[in-house]
Amino acid sequence: MLILLSVIYPLVVAGIAKLAPGGGAGETVTVNGKVVGYARIGQKFTEDRYFNSRPSAVDYNAAGSAGSNKGPSNPDYLKTVQARIDTFLVHNPGVQKTDIPAELVTASGSGLDPDLSPAAAKIQVRRIAKVRGITDDRLNQLIDEQTKGPLLGLFGPSTVNVLALNVALDALK
Amino acid sequence: MTTNDSIIMNTELLGVVVTYLITLLLAIPLGKVVGRIFRGEPNALDFMAPVERFIFRIGGVDASRDMTWKENLVALLTINAVWFVYAFVMLIAQGGLPLNPDGNPSMTSDLAFNTAISFMVNCDLQHYSGESGLTYLTQLGVINFLMFVSAATGIAALVLVVRAFLPEKTNLSGNFYVYFTKAITRILLPASLVVALILAFNGAPASFDGKDQFISMQGDTVNVSRGPAAGLIAIKHLGTNGGGYFGANSAHPLENPNYLTNMVELIGQVMLPIVMLFALGYMINRKRFSWIVFGVMTSGFLLLVIPTLITEFHGNPAIAKLGVMQPTGAMEGKEVRFGPLSSAYWSIVTTIISTGSVNSMHDSSMALSGTMQLLGMMTNAFYGGCGVGFLNYYYYLIIAVFISGLMVGRTPELFGRKVEAREIKIASMVALLSTLLVKGGVAIAAWLTVNYPNADWSVKPSAWLNNPGYHGFTEMLYEFTSANANNGSGFEGLGDNNFFWNFSTGIVLIFGRFIPIIGPVAIAGLLADKKFVPQSAGTLPTDTPTFGLMTFAVIIIITALSFFPALALGPLAEYFSLK
Repeated sequence: MLILLSVIYPLVVAGIAKLAPGGGAGETVTVNGKVVGYARIGQKFTEDRYFNSRPSAVDYNAAGSAGSNKGPSNPDYLKTVQARIDTFLVHNPGVQKTDIPAELVTASGSGLDPDLSPAAAKIQVRRIAKVRGITDDRLNQLIDEQTKGPLLGLFGPSTVNVLALNVALDALK
Repeated sequence: MTTNDSIIMNTELLGVVVTYLITLLLAIPLGKVVGRIFRGEPNALDFMAPVERFIFRIGGVDASRDMTWKENLVALLTINAVWFVYAFVMLIAQGGLPLNPDGNPSMTSDLAFNTAISFMVNCDLQHYSGESGLTYLTQLGVINFLMFVSAATGIAALVLVVRAFLPEKTNLSGNFYVYFTKAITRILLPASLVVALILAFNGAPASFDGKDQFISMQGDTVNVSRGPAAGLIAIKHLGTNGGGYFGANSAHPLENPNYLTNMVELIGQVMLPIVMLFALGYMINRKRFSWIVFGVMTSGFLLLVIPTLITEFHGNPAIAKLGVMQPTGAMEGKEVRFGPLSSAYWSIVTTIISTGSVNSMHDSSMALSGTMQLLGMMTNAFYGGCGVGFLNYYYYLIIAVFISGLMVGRTPELFGRKVEAREIKIASMVALLSTLLVKGGVAIAAWLTVNYPNADWSVKPSAWLNNPGYHGFTEMLYEFTSANANNGSGFEGLGDNNFFWNFSTGIVLIFGRFIPIIGPVAIAGLLADKKFVPQSAGTLPTDTPTFGLMTFAVIIIITALSFFPALALGPLAEYFSLK
């Protein structure tokens, strides 16, 4: 039984998964022949010239995933969120506080969330346009191109993969 | 809300509803297949017969011999004890054993004690993080293995109980080993293989490669944990186990890469509990009874899930006060690719059945959602775990039969057998035990934090809690409730990897698992030994909506009332303070 469940079963899965993208070891993203990340694992983007990813309780440590586990009423936690709002406003002058989507000031469950909602990407457009000297329209168009709609157009939220978005951003010239 | 927002919410709501409907569409016909498997009738999976014969031959099992319920219980408990010793030894030695590419250390003995029990009892409470706490050998040889066998134990125990519903008087209840083996070869293994491959082709890793390293676009050096995860994630859901391969469980992008895998994992975990329900009706030729039980369970499920969906969608009132908008609901501890509705749905599904896997961090759920999650685990019978869900329902059923029998002045009986003092005593003890274990445990823990906050332990009681006030109390309440319900999810902010929590929850785990198995198997054994009284005008029928309502009332009264004081001190207090 042990052999069937702990040896044969995982080996069969691993064997067939060799045919999957990334050979069953995780799909990587390559730019100019260099691996810059894993397609599905979020990474830290804090610089103004990139679309920033969400806050992470583990600083995007892909070898130690976790959430903040802060309760909704915790006063220290609410102070942290307030500080994130303030920081965001400093880096994005002209943005109204009431337009910031909560996901940009809250940490994800895994600390490795690879995605943003389209709204959370679009609110960063003005800043990036200024730093890079690209028009707002071009950036909004880029976000639309990179947006993945709901599954089959029917189920679940729309998302933008931050790594893919930033790779595409660097490729704009 | 703009039209755009409402379109977004519609796709999320549709995703949740369709996920549930697909589960039912698959589960109802599969119930019949599983029923045939355990009645020993020809079925679609007969091609596994040679594998089973081979296993019986090595194990020295005489598959044709039926045993008494006592012999079956002894078999069940003995084999579990053997697994525990095996798992414990492997975990404390893993650092020096092969298949450890990341060089992870061995476990301390209290952590290994907790982990071995936790996975043996199908709870999967985890006081370690998969990336650094286990090796590939123990992930597969211990965790993966125990996930299969503990789920199969639950299914086999259910079949033992169901046998007693058949009309013939008998002191035999079938053969535990046969049911156990078939549960693996014909149900869990084939289903896991299908799910594992779907996961692998959507990006969950399945290879034996160790940690990888890359330089990110901003120039940070990042290490990425990987490993043979896909197969483990499949059985973790199908067996309602719930222990994650990675620390963040199914919130981790490699453990649950996209919305499709999220749906598959959701369907996978709810499926077998419902399948077993319909299999049961087929096995005893009482399909109507299955539907009534299903109705009661579904009502309970909807009562818990709807408020949770609404609460999470509305977001955190404390964050709203800070002035930002929450177009996608409460996002702390949640992933963008699942959104608040699917996360809320998951948090209830995983607590009413005994999975305990998470795709969002329950510690950061809204207070009302936390209440619903706790109630799901306290009842533990709305669908319930793989096999054991109905066993939990069974003692509510016995009590409901007894009470309604007294109310209408008829002899209480269940499927043609008189329910008498001895059975009621067992059922009541089982029902009351969980209150004692949970509240007793929380009382001790709270007493320690208050009176000995600086006790000279490796982790001081004052450092246990990650959040102050009511929420901190809820963290402790959740941990014991989860252990008792063999759920395994947690308010993970709790600093639980230390002697006190490893040991105390370990003890609760054992009682919380085996008493609710031993009780119903014993009751069933006692009932089956009685003379069968054919149904007559004087019989109280147990397959009517009225009786379903009665059972529902018994569940609410026993569970909700016995835990209400604790809920009032924790999540409810937090809810009202946030208003």
